[in-house]
Amino acid sequence: MTSAKPRPSARPPLSSSLERNPDLDTWLEIDRDGTVTIRTGKAELGQGLCTAIARICAEELDLPLERVRVETADTARGPMEFMTVGSMSMEDSGSAVRQVCAEARHHLLEQAAKLLGIPMGALRVVDGEIFAAGVRRTSYAELMGGRRFERRVTGEVWPKSPAAYRYVGRKGPRIDLEAKLTRGALLHDLCFEGMLHARVLRPPSYLARLVATDVERVRSSPGVVEVVRDGAFLAVVCDDEACAVRALEELATLTSWDEHERLPPEDQLATFLLEHTSQSFRVVEGTAVAGEVLDATPSAGGTPHQSTESPGQRELRATYLKPYIMHASISPSVGIALWDGERLTVWSHSQGVAILRLAIADSLALDRSLIRVVHVPGAGSYGHNGADDAAFDACLIALACPNQPIRVQWMREDENLWEPYSPAARVDLTARVDAHGRIENWRHDVHSNSHMGRPLPAGGKHSNFIADWHRVPAKPPIPAQPRLEAHAGIHRNADPYYSLPDRQIFKHFVGETPLRVSSTRGLGAFANVFAIESFMDELAHASGQDPLELRLRYLDDPRARAVLLDAAQRAGWSEHRSSKRATPAPPALAEVSRTAPGSTAHDATVASGLGLSFARYKNVKCYAAVAVWVDVQKATGRIQLRRVVISADAGQIIDPDGLTNQLEGGFIQAASWTLKEKVRFDRVAVRSRDWESYPILRFDEIPEFETSLLDQPGMPILGAGEATQGPTPAAIANAVFDATGARLRELPLSPERVLAVMGGERDLA
Amino acid sequence: MPTKLCVNGTTHYSESSPSTPLLYVLRNELGLRAAKFGCGLEQCGACAVLVGGESILSCGLPLSAVGEREVVTVEGLPALAGAADGLHPLQRAFLEENAAQCAYCVPGILIAATALLAWNDAPDRATIQRALAPHLCRCGAHPRILRAVERAADQLRDSDDKRQTTP
Repeated sequence: MTSAKPRPSARPPLSSSLERNPDLDTWLEIDRDGTVTIRTGKAELGQGLCTAIARICAEELDLPLERVRVETADTARGPMEFMTVGSMSMEDSGSAVRQVCAEARHHLLEQAAKLLGIPMGALRVVDGEIFAAGVRRTSYAELMGGRRFERRVTGEVWPKSPAAYRYVGRKGPRIDLEAKLTRGALLHDLCFEGMLHARVLRPPSYLARLVATDVERVRSSPGVVEVVRDGAFLAVVCDDEACAVRALEELATLTSWDEHERLPPEDQLATFLLEHTSQSFRVVEGTAVAGEVLDATPSAGGTPHQSTESPGQRELRATYLKPYIMHASISPSVGIALWDGERLTVWSHSQGVAILRLAIADSLALDRSLIRVVHVPGAGSYGHNGADDAAFDACLIALACPNQPIRVQWMREDENLWEPYSPAARVDLTARVDAHGRIENWRHDVHSNSHMGRPLPAGGKHSNFIADWHRVPAKPPIPAQPRLEAHAGIHRNADPYYSLPDRQIFKHFVGETPLRVSSTRGLGAFANVFAIESFMDELAHASGQDPLELRLRYLDDPRARAVLLDAAQRAGWSEHRSSKRATPAPPALAEVSRTAPGSTAHDATVASGLGLSFARYKNVKCYAAVAVWVDVQKATGRIQLRRVVISADAGQIIDPDGLTNQLEGGFIQAASWTLKEKVRFDRVAVRSRDWESYPILRFDEIPEFETSLLDQPGMPILGAGEATQGPTPAAIANAVFDATGARLRELPLSPERVLAVMGGERDLA
Repeated sequence: MPTKLCVNGTTHYSESSPSTPLLYVLRNELGLRAAKFGCGLEQCGACAVLVGGESILSCGLPLSAVGEREVVTVEGLPALAGAADGLHPLQRAFLEENAAQCAYCVPGILIAATALLAWNDAPDRATIQRALAPHLCRCGAHPRILRAVERAADQLRDSDDKRQTTP
């Protein structure tokens, strides 16, 4: 694989966002007072989008940052950019804003030149004021304030050279943060005149049937404005929030449900995924291709397998498992809606207000032109969580209570039970290594459910809104379809970035899902890269090679090699390898523990180890290598993260601190998935209903970080919001192996599992 | 009968029933919406406010249990620090470190950190980690939040030192 090279002679291609929204005025507006409004169709999810967009705008237009206002996704105005997903915002919207502002500046200078009779080349812009020969002549506001550009973006103007950058590439403050640190500034804090508070009573499990309820009794309770019922969709509406919570409790006690044992045994997901596979595809260069797949079922079994086919040759096989995982947003979802009898306005923290609007129109059989959906930042969602459903709940209740803004807040249990999870996955890997440690072939089989359960307009018969499953007539979920495009859902990052010979990659789509599923940060990359990077480590150990050397042997792209070497060097990889060679004791229970730099553990009850992992997200986006030092408590099996090194190449860096925040945050979230997370369920219902039954990583478990950014000025921006999601789990599992000799292939790496594996099988080598 | 409540230095008389969790009174009756609802189960820390100087989870504290104790929310932190620029040193440090992603959890963390620094002006990293452990952050902003608390502690000590050396 080769890296992208800069093409200085070519015109930069227009981003797809610009092709879809070519009208300059859609994006940019200059006020009479010199304030510049830049609009994006993407949403601020806590990733720092507003700041990055403002910096690009200020940079290209030569404006002070304070004079730039950013407006985010709103179906009534600004560009339509679908969803804020897939680490695409900087590439789509960031690139578009750069081009829009470069062309606007060019046009303004052209106008100024004509007006002043001075050649354009003799004009300079300082903070939106236009100078010639050191004298201020005019300004953006004077030229364009309050007027429209009335032109299309052509792509014929070159944006600024990175050498001239003032904001881009430097650390600076997040422009949206002060409000959020001093007062209530999120969707959850919006308060409209006359706003009513609603709570929804959901069934206790997916297929529970409503037996009886007493809406009238709750309706007559003090403070209750309305109880909405449509089939099994039940909601209480009060003018006071605490009252709504009490009314919800009252309604719950008056409502009975019929439940059945319909879920598969929680501990048999690996078999479930194999047995329920509905379609298989070969994956070629990252893309799934339809057609006959012979030998679609890999050999079952969770234990590694090796056989000697000819002298020195060995075939290795291993199975890796990932359970269902929650987005587990820190806040249950909120939706606010107002129906004025003609128009429906919705405020939501959805990742895709444009699609949400279409899905609402479809479900309510309402003309889309009557619906406006405005994105307002809420708690981080990390994919498709309950946000869209809460918005739709609010719509249904608003239709029943016209002319009053309705605020629906889910309870914690609603979010945990009803949010669509990240699907479970099973990855089987097989490879043959020759006597010289060369990988001769590679087979990857991933079995998983769909990663696409978002609400979509589906022609009225089906719906992905929970409420539609319970209303009359009930609409079942839209049947999930396998997606084939490059690195879509299940096969995201299934094709390794290594130049391996004779690679066979298969995606096995499991249509039937016991739990509700949809998109979560990284989609299939988390499970696939966990498997690939663990297996590379296993192959290296089985063939007596340094895991770093084995990876480098198959990495042709110099940028990939650079991040891997950088992370390894900063983590002390080669020193650690040398010290291990000098200590011939078996790694499993070596009495002399190796200690991480900065580690305080020096006793024999703790085993320390270093693990390495690498991926390039979707094989075309940010490069990330992760090195992790862990301590494993031998008595308890508890894994403690000590020190983490991340090295990343995200192309040209817009906001280094924002990038670091994404990379480290992604690591911490993925480490939490790796060490702790698993949606628990019995045969009837999900049992992970709160933070005790669904624990996540806490402050006292956070390691030291060193994050290294390899900037590429002038190169394309590479989305980085999900870059560390893939490499994290294997880096940790490889470190645990290095420390203890125990190879963990099933997530989460809980203390019980660590102890079980430490006591049993140890190593392939 | 209304319940007397002292919040951010002002006395209020709440009309809510005495069993109402303090969080709803603060957010909906007094319009102080920095403290957040996260779980309603005292498990996540998003709703923390200072009650009598202690960091308390307001989702589980009935209005009637507040009593005479002074309540301070994030909106009241600048005044608590006598900050002329409208920001408590912790808020300023959080801004300087960009110590958040979505920031939903941060108000609760600011409260816990305020309580910590009130009794320990030089906490080490492990002490800060323990003090913040009841607070969940899902975005993974932990490293910069820890740095921000350390930075604020340094700044508070510096200003104390200056105050002490100024006659």
